[in-house]
Amino acid sequence: VALSAAAVLLLVGGFGLGAFWVPEAEGDPAFRIFYVHVPVAITAYACFGWGAWKALRLLWTGDLAHDLASYTAVHIGTIFGVLTLATGSIWAKITWGHWWLWSERQLVLFLILFLFYSAYFMLRFSIDPGPRRASISAVYALLGVALIPVSFLAIRLAEGLIHPVVFTREGPQMTGDIFTTFLVCLAGTLSLAAALYSNELLGKRIDARLRELRELLA
Amino acid sequence: VTSAEKYVTAAYLVVLAALLVYVVIIALKLGRLAGELAELTELARRRDGR
Repeated sequence: VALSAAAVLLLVGGFGLGAFWVPEAEGDPAFRIFYVHVPVAITAYACFGWGAWKALRLLWTGDLAHDLASYTAVHIGTIFGVLTLATGSIWAKITWGHWWLWSERQLVLFLILFLFYSAYFMLRFSIDPGPRRASISAVYALLGVALIPVSFLAIRLAEGLIHPVVFTREGPQMTGDIFTTFLVCLAGTLSLAAALYSNELLGKRIDARLRELRELLA
Repeated sequence: VTSAEKYVTAAYLVVLAALLVYVVIIALKLGRLAGELAELTELARRRDGR
């Protein structure tokens, strides 16, 4: 409840700041997508990272409780991945005049990352529940996390880019008010992901307990 | 309202719509879990002879 409340407050506050506080003159109207697209993309990376961490804990300790946590994190990460692709595509349409550009490595690499994690579900549900499925899923989630730095750095490694770079070695390339608004939106999106993750995990745990209870009563 | 502003609104609406769909899915799931719990409680009561 606290996470959900924090997410609502931060997101409403962040979007409000973006709409009314940051002057229009500092950027074109399309720039306001920045406050939703970039936090959503970072949150997707964070969820996949968390899923990999839980997968590592499962492989390290053998505790199957981490399997459900890893699966849930990948699940939420995939939802945020869809939102990243959708909002990015809308931004691309305004700025570049195209919904998608196959020549842009950043976009293609994010799509590969997204498809990789989408395949996670196919792999997971093709194996019977149990320790084997948990281990294979964990290894797959760990492999996927290796794509995150590649996707993140692709924008800096590529040449002839049209995708904007706002975070450089010299710091964020934006004014203080835009950066503050961005941080509020990022905190809100991360809180939202944490709230969704907690709810989803709780639901899956209750589901598993009910299944166990049904077997005991049968 | 410019074309760019329409697209910006669309981007925010996409996120909002996804959240609403998620809330509906969670509500449906909670309903299913409540139904299963009631069914299992009934089963346990019958086995207990109460």
